[in-house]
Amino acid sequence: MRDPQLDAAGELTHLLTLEGLPAELIVRILDTAVPFVSIAERDVKKVPLLRGRSVFNLFFESSTRTRTTFEIAAKRLSADVINLNIGVSSTSKGETLLDTVDNLVAMNADMFVVRHSQSGAPHLIAAHLNRTGNAHVHVVNAGDGRHAHPTQGLLDLFTIRHYKKDFRRLTVAIVGDVLHSRVARSLIHGLTTLGVPEVRVIGPKTLLPTAVGALGVHVYHDMRDGLKGCDVVVMLRLQNERMRGALLPSAGEYFKHYGLTPEKLAIAKPDAIVMHPGPMNRGIEIDSAVADGERSVILPQVTFGIAVRMAVMSILAGG
Amino acid sequence: MPLPDAEQTFAALAERMRGAVAFDAKFVGIHSGGAWLAERLAQAIAGDHPVGYVDVSFYRDDFSRKGLKPEVKRTELPFDVEGATIVLVDDVLYTGRSVRAAINELFDFGRPARIELAVLIDRGGRELPIEATYAGARLAVARELSIVLSRAADGRLALTAEAAGA
Repeated sequence: MRDPQLDAAGELTHLLTLEGLPAELIVRILDTAVPFVSIAERDVKKVPLLRGRSVFNLFFESSTRTRTTFEIAAKRLSADVINLNIGVSSTSKGETLLDTVDNLVAMNADMFVVRHSQSGAPHLIAAHLNRTGNAHVHVVNAGDGRHAHPTQGLLDLFTIRHYKKDFRRLTVAIVGDVLHSRVARSLIHGLTTLGVPEVRVIGPKTLLPTAVGALGVHVYHDMRDGLKGCDVVVMLRLQNERMRGALLPSAGEYFKHYGLTPEKLAIAKPDAIVMHPGPMNRGIEIDSAVADGERSVILPQVTFGIAVRMAVMSILAGG
Repeated sequence: MPLPDAEQTFAALAERMRGAVAFDAKFVGIHSGGAWLAERLAQAIAGDHPVGYVDVSFYRDDFSRKGLKPEVKRTELPFDVEGATIVLVDDVLYTGRSVRAAINELFDFGRPARIELAVLIDRGGRELPIEATYAGARLAVARELSIVLSRAADGRLALTAEAAGA
C-alpha cells in the first residue's frame, strides 16, 4: 500500500509522520525553511504564498503553544486561519470525527492541522480525504497520541543542522520520558533517516518502551554514561500526570538521576547544545542554570519551529 | 539560434547605465542570474551602489500550479528600502511576472522613492505592462525556447538557449 502522505508521483501531500519519509523530502523541508527564518526579521512579517487559502486548526487535545505556532506560521503565509476546539463542540454532541471533517471540507477548507489524543487520528483523516476525492485538502499532524509529532521532529532536526551542520558525525542523546513521547519517536526516525550514526535514549526502565532498541537506538539507564561524547542533548518534558501511575518515586528523585544540571552537562562534549521541546519543568528534568545557559538553544527552537511549519504548509499547498 | 555574447552584452548594459543611474542607487539582483549581474554592475559603474538580493519564489503568481521550487534563496536587502532609489537587475526580461513579484517583495520592506529595471536581455513577450529602463540587448526569441544565463568558475557569463520547461 502506498504511503498515504505521498501522492502517486511521490510528492508530499500530507505530513503524518517522519517514519518512512525519504531523506530527500526531509532535507527539502529543512532547506525550504531556511529563507522563511528571515521573514520573521522583516517589518512586514508576511509573504503572499497562501493568500486566499483556509487553514483549519483542529485541536481535539488542547495545546496552546503548538496551535499558536501553526497559527503564526499560516498567518505569515497570508492564509486565513480558523481555530476549532473540537473537544468542546461537535464531538460532545455526538458527531463522528469524519463527519466533522466532511463538514469542514464542505466549507472549502484547504488544510487541516490536527492534534488528537488518539494515535492515528490524522492518518484516518488523510486516508478518508484521499478516498473521498478530496486529496487536495492537506493534513498536517500536530501530534497524535504517543505516535508522532513530525513538525516538532523537523524543527529539532533544523535546529541540530543549524548548529552542528553535518548529521553524519553526531552523537545525539534523548533523555527522559521516551515512553510517552511522540516528540522522541519523530526525532529518532528523522535522525536515523538523515544518517546520524549514534542516537541514544536515556531514562529509567519505567519510562523507556521495552523494544526501543528496535528503533536503532542505544539504551542507557545511567545518565552519566549516556552523556559521554554527546554533541546534542534533547531533554524531554516529564509529564506530571505520569507520576500518578507509580512510574516514578518522586520528582526530586527523578531530578537527581535524570535532571540536566551543569555538572551532568559537563560530561557531554564541551560544545554540546541543549534542546527541549517545551514546556519545561524547571527543577524536574532541567536545571535553570542549563535552561538559561549559553549552550541552551531552546528559544531558537521556538523561532525555527515557525519557519519549519511555514515550509511544510508551503510544500503541501504548492504540491 | 544565435545568441549575443554575454560579456559584450554586459558591457553594453553597463555603458547604458553609466551616467544615467543615480550615484547612490541600490542594486537589487533577482536570484540567481540577476544577482551575479548586480554584483558586476556595482563594480563596473561609478558611485556608491550597495547590492541586495531578492528571491521572488514566495511572491510568484504560479505557486498554485507549480508549487515552490526546491531551492529558495534568502532575500537580503542590507540597506533601507524606504526612500531609496533601487535598480532591479535581472538576466532575462520576458513576461514581466518575476519583476512584478520582485516589486511586490520590495514594497514589503518599505516605500522606495524610485525603482528602475536593468536587464541583460529583453526578449519581448510581455504579459504585464513592465518595461526595462536599461537593456543590454533586445532580441526576439521563439516561445519554445528559454534563454539561460550561466556563470563559469572564473566569473565569465554565458548565454544559452534551452527548450522551455526543461
